[in-house]
Amino acid sequence: MSEEFKIEIVNPEKSFLLKEDVTEVIIPAFEGEMGILKDHISIISFLKPGLIIINAKSGEEKYYVEDGVVEFKNNNLSILTSSVYNLKDLEKSKLQNLLKEAEEAANNEEINDQSKYLIDQKIEVLKSLN
Amino acid sequence: MASLDDLKKRITSVKSTQKITKAMKMVAAAKLKRAQESAEKGRPYSEKMNNVILNLSNGISDKNNAPKLLSGTGKEQIHLCVVMTSDRGLCGGFNANIIKKAKNHFMRLSKEGKELKIITVGSKGNDQLKRAYGEKIIQNISFKNSKNANYFDAEKVGKIIIEKFVKDEFDVCTIFYNQFKNVITQIPQVQQIIPLKTESSSEDKSEDIYEFEPDEDEILSNLLPKNISTQIFKAMLENSASEQGARMSAMDNATRNAGEMVDKLTIEYNRSRQAAITKELIEIISGAESL
Repeated sequence: MSEEFKIEIVNPEKSFLLKEDVTEVIIPAFEGEMGILKDHISIISFLKPGLIIINAKSGEEKYYVEDGVVEFKNNNLSILTSSVYNLKDLEKSKLQNLLKEAEEAANNEEINDQSKYLIDQKIEVLKSLN
Repeated sequence: MASLDDLKKRITSVKSTQKITKAMKMVAAAKLKRAQESAEKGRPYSEKMNNVILNLSNGISDKNNAPKLLSGTGKEQIHLCVVMTSDRGLCGGFNANIIKKAKNHFMRLSKEGKELKIITVGSKGNDQLKRAYGEKIIQNISFKNSKNANYFDAEKVGKIIIEKFVKDEFDVCTIFYNQFKNVITQIPQVQQIIPLKTESSSEDKSEDIYEFEPDEDEILSNLLPKNISTQIFKAMLENSASEQGARMSAMDNATRNAGEMVDKLTIEYNRSRQAAITKELIEIISGAESL
């Protein structure tokens, strides 16, 4: 058949997105961006702040995530995340708020290197979106 | 026998109570629907999270070097118990059931000579526990201001717990909550979250080989704190559905009782009215006869 697989994005409150006609997904994995096509090897990884780009038959969609876990198995891609926004619905003011929060967190000196790295990432992504 | 006026007053007072309980029942029913929905919607997340962690802990290379959140501190001396209750009353045995379960657990722990620390979530639990276990309660968290259970609050509780764990303030953490079964049945649950108990589900013994990026240990140490918040969030969702269910059936009972009481009082009212009339008639007739 075709080159399609299934994606499910779940946040704690509900199943955020379910699509069955996906051809390619690009995720911001912790160690760099990762493109997933059909029949990818089973993988578990986690996300850094960035954009999930979903290429589907029905068109391209972009989501902004701040963290999460990715599991790919048997052509099912599950993304568990507590903070996910559809880029289409994300308003400028909300973006600015997120950016401001991130910058405040970056100025906090008590953070360790890893969270510092994550916050820098977040600021970078948010700035590019603005 | 109470006078007619008193009876009348009582009837109106019971009736207005009935109106209130009826309204509360209806509100609870509406809220229950929403709470139940969100509990159901929240299930995939915690299930998936569990699955991933299960796969990860199976694949972990060095069991001795596993993160402490998974393997524990190696002792079981200090127990932290998180008792999750509601912030509002008038919900039947909802809070009492959790407290009873928790107290049993506390008793067993103290018999075994373990040290006990308590965190209460929700003010009702705090009210009931502070008399007997006041000095053991180290923190009381209440989300009176948030309307629905949300993940943000759960994360706050999770962070508090992890912070204490990192500081070596306890060895084992258990949470108490009510699991929602249906409107009349809620089952108090005890669940140990630190160290995590990974029950290996027999039917899904997946021999899948995963690729991990970065390695297992790092993913696990990133994931386990999140899992704590997830478990707490799940407990909060179950709890809020249970609370509304318990309140609904309690208010249903109260409405029915009030109805019965109104009936009884009305009969008594009619009877004493009749008695008064008869008495007056007898007085008139005997007065006429004596003339």
